[in-house]
Amino acid sequence: MHPAFSVVFFTTATGAGYGLLALLGVLGGLGFIQPEFWLGLVSMAFALGLIVAGLLSSTGHLGRPERAWRAFSQWRSSWLSREGVASVATFIPAGLFGIGWVLFGKSGGWVAVAGLLAAVGAVTTVCATGMIYASLKPIAQWHSPYTLPAYLIFAGMTGSVLLNAVLQGFDAGSTAVLAGALLAALAGWAWKIATWRYNDRLESPTTANTATGLAGGTVRSIEWPHTEENYLLKEMGFRIARKHSAKLRRITQALAFAVPAILLAIVFALPWPFAAIASALAAISQLTGMLVERWLFFAEAKHTVTLYYGRE
Amino acid sequence: MTCLPARTDKKLGLVIDLDTCVGCQACVTACKEWNTGGHMAPLTDIDPYGGHADGVWFNRVHTYEHMTEMGGRTVNFPRSCLHCDQPACVTVCPTGASYKRASDGIVLVDEDKCIGCKLCSWACPYGAREFDTEVGVMKKCTLCIDRIYNDNLAEEDRVPACVAACPTSARHFGDLGDPGSAISQLVEERGGVALMPELGYKPTNKYLPPRARTGRAARVDAPALEPIRAEGGFLGWIDRMLSN
Amino acid sequence: MSRAGPRGANSAPSQRPLADSRPPNEGDGVDTSPSVSDRIAKTTCYVCACRCGIDVHIKDGKVRYINGNKDHPVNRGVICGKGSAGIMQHYSPARLRKPLLRTGPRGSGEFREIEWEEALAIATGRLSAIRRTDPKKLAFFTGRDQSQSLTGWWASRFGTPNFAAHGGFCSVNMAAGGLYTIGGSFWEFGEPDWDNTKYFMLFGVAEDHDSNPIKIGLGKLKARGAKVVSINPCRTGYNAIADDWIGIRPGRDGLFVLALVHELLKAGRIDLDYLLRYTNAPVLVVQEPGSADDGLLVRDDANNLLAWDRVAKAAVNAADPGAKPALTGSYIVDGRCCIPVFQLIADRYLNDNYSPDAVAERCGISANTIRRIAAELAHVAFEQVIELPVAWTDWAGRRHETIKGRPVSMHAMRGISAHSNGFHTCRAIHLLQVLLGTVDVPGGFRFKPPYPRCAPAGPKPAGKNLQPMTPLEGMPLGFVCGPDDLLVDEAGAPIRIDKAFSWEAPLAAHGLMHSVIRNAWAADPYPIDTLMMYMSNMAWNSSMSTVETLRMLTDKDPSGAYKIPFIIYSDAYYSETVPFADLVLPDTTYLERHDCISLLDRPISHADGPADAIRHPVVQPDRDVRPFQSVLIELGARLGLPGFVNEDGSARYRDYADYIVNHERTPGIGPLAGWRGRNGGSIGKGEVNPDQLQRYIDNGGFWHHELAADQRYYKMGNRAYLDFAVEMGFIAKAEPIVFQLYSEPMQRFRLAARAHGKAQPPDAERGRIETYMDPLPFWYAPFEDEAVDPQKYPLHALTQRPMHMYHSWGAQNAWLRQITSQNRLFVHRETAGKLGLVDDDWVWIESVNGRVKGQIKLIDGVNPDTVWTWNAIGKRRGSWGLKDDAAESNRGFLLNHIIGDQTSAGANGKRYSNSDPVTGQAAWFDLRVRIVKCAPEEAGFTEPQFERFAQPPSFEPSPDVLRFGAEFRIKREAAE
Repeated sequence: MHPAFSVVFFTTATGAGYGLLALLGVLGGLGFIQPEFWLGLVSMAFALGLIVAGLLSSTGHLGRPERAWRAFSQWRSSWLSREGVASVATFIPAGLFGIGWVLFGKSGGWVAVAGLLAAVGAVTTVCATGMIYASLKPIAQWHSPYTLPAYLIFAGMTGSVLLNAVLQGFDAGSTAVLAGALLAALAGWAWKIATWRYNDRLESPTTANTATGLAGGTVRSIEWPHTEENYLLKEMGFRIARKHSAKLRRITQALAFAVPAILLAIVFALPWPFAAIASALAAISQLTGMLVERWLFFAEAKHTVTLYYGRE
Repeated sequence: MTCLPARTDKKLGLVIDLDTCVGCQACVTACKEWNTGGHMAPLTDIDPYGGHADGVWFNRVHTYEHMTEMGGRTVNFPRSCLHCDQPACVTVCPTGASYKRASDGIVLVDEDKCIGCKLCSWACPYGAREFDTEVGVMKKCTLCIDRIYNDNLAEEDRVPACVAACPTSARHFGDLGDPGSAISQLVEERGGVALMPELGYKPTNKYLPPRARTGRAARVDAPALEPIRAEGGFLGWIDRMLSN
Repeated sequence: MSRAGPRGANSAPSQRPLADSRPPNEGDGVDTSPSVSDRIAKTTCYVCACRCGIDVHIKDGKVRYINGNKDHPVNRGVICGKGSAGIMQHYSPARLRKPLLRTGPRGSGEFREIEWEEALAIATGRLSAIRRTDPKKLAFFTGRDQSQSLTGWWASRFGTPNFAAHGGFCSVNMAAGGLYTIGGSFWEFGEPDWDNTKYFMLFGVAEDHDSNPIKIGLGKLKARGAKVVSINPCRTGYNAIADDWIGIRPGRDGLFVLALVHELLKAGRIDLDYLLRYTNAPVLVVQEPGSADDGLLVRDDANNLLAWDRVAKAAVNAADPGAKPALTGSYIVDGRCCIPVFQLIADRYLNDNYSPDAVAERCGISANTIRRIAAELAHVAFEQVIELPVAWTDWAGRRHETIKGRPVSMHAMRGISAHSNGFHTCRAIHLLQVLLGTVDVPGGFRFKPPYPRCAPAGPKPAGKNLQPMTPLEGMPLGFVCGPDDLLVDEAGAPIRIDKAFSWEAPLAAHGLMHSVIRNAWAADPYPIDTLMMYMSNMAWNSSMSTVETLRMLTDKDPSGAYKIPFIIYSDAYYSETVPFADLVLPDTTYLERHDCISLLDRPISHADGPADAIRHPVVQPDRDVRPFQSVLIELGARLGLPGFVNEDGSARYRDYADYIVNHERTPGIGPLAGWRGRNGGSIGKGEVNPDQLQRYIDNGGFWHHELAADQRYYKMGNRAYLDFAVEMGFIAKAEPIVFQLYSEPMQRFRLAARAHGKAQPPDAERGRIETYMDPLPFWYAPFEDEAVDPQKYPLHALTQRPMHMYHSWGAQNAWLRQITSQNRLFVHRETAGKLGLVDDDWVWIESVNGRVKGQIKLIDGVNPDTVWTWNAIGKRRGSWGLKDDAAESNRGFLLNHIIGDQTSAGANGKRYSNSDPVTGQAAWFDLRVRIVKCAPEEAGFTEPQFERFAQPPSFEPSPDVLRFGAEFRIKREAAE
């Protein structure tokens, strides 16, 4: 699949944004993180900023963005529509939570309710995003049991690493949050490796034989219906060399998981402002790494239409 | 409405005979020509005279070589929308632009509702949908919905353009939901198959495999020729034949 | 053609409209009944040479849609990939807009636009001077011309013998091989009996001629379960659907066919009765080596051919229905030793040289396969005989209660033709058909009226007594029957610039267009003044050795003048040839013109009856262009050519449409056969009918006459048909057409080579004449196989046009070029493996003539000793309205660059045209090559590369986006 930047950025940014929002909603709403104006403002700005930037970026993928509002109508069948509805709906509790927690400096009560609802919305939205991909049967690497958990784990991971960075930045670091972020990074790493292993061993029952209805033996494409690349090949025929892919996997592991994990581990032993700097670096490294991960998520996904073109 | 109809009154579709298709591209350009002025007009062509020519087409013909223990065969393979019974391209659509008609089972795009998110093309395993970057919407085969019911056309012409054009008669049209229809009978007789059945889309269109692949190839069971061994050899035989 | 049931080819129950085609009540707002057109104009397609009937739907003055005409005898409602893309042909940005006069050097593409008056004045001045002095200095060659009865007649009236169309580099071997043998051939001359045949053999067809009828026919065979056997090095297209694909080595088909003949003879599986009735098998041949009549047929004083009567033990008129002719033996007639033709056939083909075992390796086909095919042919022909319950009467008055047929049919075309041994291979295929008794019988191969004709037909090529201001005595092209008919001077040198009908190409019935540029450049046999060409891309894909050809077109003599002094060219598009013209006459598209598809020319008849058709303007040109035929008629009038002017010197015809209606070639016979006579009541012969064109338009653009059931088979000896053919003017006398298994005209050439007769070949030519003018078909290796070291050039190289571009100007077509704009060289997977090549590698393709670079694709469905590519995809930068980055000029390549237009020097040191020695047919497919992987830095682009052409004045750059059809929708929706 073609790794369009708008979509790569969208899923990475909203994943981190919703992850952060959910954590803030729960931890802030329930008072585990004390309401404090600047901390609240900055952390909510991060969460909502990433979400808004991601959603805006996603409209860059649309042919007719001015009609984007129509996407809220088909929530009964479409995960994309559900994602749209959930993402927008989440703004309501998120906004109320932000007002209560940041402006009014409150937690508990209706703020907690709003925070929890925002968290539920965030999780729902991430689930919907994950399901958009997980539901696509033509793409075996996505239509797998690993996809939905991956979206949730990565949202939680990037959200917690971000939250830790913000807390550390305000010298309000929490060992629990830090430990959570570190564990999440390790969990994400493990999940990613497991996913790759699964994908690398994937044997799809869908082959050029079933695609053409020509049973048995080998089916080789000898002529395409067109000389130059068409929409199908540009959108779904993206190919990445094994060597290139291996390199990017290493970069992903380093930036998204290893470097943040090491930095976070060090943070346990560091005083402010070094802890803050390390935490910020961990977040930056991880988000960069996750962009690479998400790019690979697309680039390594093979659509069945490529079977028709002999791009196996 | 992107929820699928519980059932459709008809299952209109195409049957393509891979035993007969010579890959002449007639269906391809007939489709392009009709549809570029038809229901989804235009089928835009980007860079039509340059090095990156890329147009919207609803029907494409591939060529494959199929090697089995029976030997090799070149197979020309037209590919277009299969008007599936379970089309995920419809259910993934967030706007209701993609829909499956309850009356005849045709899968259509309502261009006015399409936001161009392209998700339907990702959801289609068959590559049946092509995005028109100029108009910003997804386009696809309409099964010539503006022909098959068109009372501005003579009744005999109310078939999809590809079926009308096909010079080798390799394309068929009808109600595949009616087991008694001529097209269903053809599928039955020739062992027609669905593409990628394992994905569960339940394509309406079917493909008739090359006859040789299903043991139905035309054959002549001729005894080996025996040289004339009669007296006088060949010339003697001629003489006798002429005197008879 | 049965009219019962639904019309058209695609009318199976599974191809019909819904039983109830009223729109269901879906409620989704879809307009299921949009208006399609304001009017439908029925005319004839011209995107290739197939000439199908088309319905052009016109909406708001623009072409909305083109589909096949269901009533048309050629395509019966279907349409091919080219025909459906006709809109893009018609609206091509490469269309010429106005007459052009060259301003820059030849080949630069620098022109200025001129008015038609100036263009016609320039042409008239030049041509008039030629006609006053030496008319043969005009060489007039047309390409995919469908108006040869006009263009040839114009040349004849002008007085130049130097006329031909593209048949010489296309399929003259096939046409001549058939016309000299059975009085007909494939494609325009005949077709398989698709409705009845049970076994169909397809030789070397490059998915080409008679495109839609063959496809319709194959569909019928598949529907009926008849067996299709293809003999072709490539498993593309039609071969892909064959039940049996035989991947023969190129140029070996004759060997394969004669091995089948060997097997059938040896087993006695031949139709003796058929041979006696319809062929010259029983005719006696003089066997007196050394004498002047050796090998000629024996005749009596009344010029009747004689056979030996077994019962009467005497020579008798071979045409006597009561005779009991012998087919074998040796007899003395008038003191001359003679034997029947059949004995010669048996002697030659029973020889073990033609046994399957002897030929298998050379053919690349196992001996068992050859034996199996022979057995299948025999089995179907003799054990699966069909009989139609129709009574008929043969030429001798014998009544037959049924029509019997042996349901084996064959078709062959360019793959056979385009070899230097093609003529004899074509004859061999006809010999095989005739021995099986399958010509014009139910289930066999059937003639299309006006064929069959006498083998060969009457008219000889004209051009012997050339005089200024004097028309030729006949048409420039014709059928030579012996050395006396050749167009050579006293010394035996060619009279024609292309050397057609000379000792180098005696039976060149279609001329040698591919030799014209070289010969004119070399002034061999003489210099010319003006080369006038129409619709043929001779500066690119229609020439052999394109690089050489371009050099010759631009070469100058020491005085600085071009060696070919003046070139006039007419084309509708800015092709690669336009920039080499001095004067360009822009033609219209096919939808803007009148034309006639005439029985005098290349007919579109069906085996069930004659047909002809017209084109008429269905839209008006938006450019200052004129149909070439009308321009030619005006030039004829300006030059005062006899036939083109009235007695007072005024123009005889207003334009081509006027000519089509009013011209009479002989009294009562004109270009169109339908609706003749004052009231339109006659067919074939009749007075001029001023309403004729309207009658054609009213009938859908064509005329078709259905033969009665008893006229449809055995046309070569069917009384009812022969009488009809005479009435129509197809043949002069209602006499049977006798198949010439033994060709006496060819033997006459052999005798000349042996120093008999007045017309004598130059000594250097005697050997070639003796060898190749063999009166019976034989096989010899294609010339390049002999001239080239097969170790160095181990591979055969072929080209074919993709079906969606065959015989068409596909290059500028915005839709067709999306399908194919780069051609790959297809290489057998094993062959590539041995050469260390993998998919997508770039290779040099090298022949003795040079090298060209392209990208390979590995396949299994090809003869392992053969590589092939799609032809004419490679285009020169600046042509056809294509942009500079188009794949056609960057990655596409022409194999033409490495196909020599001459043979290597032979034993006599002479280089001949790279052609068949009998007919002059261009031997495109003789090519031998090797392929070598190119260096990494050479990959990714083709070579040779050529300078970009300048664009003509007022040419607009081709659009970056095409939204064809959007306007129909906008208007439609606005109207709602």
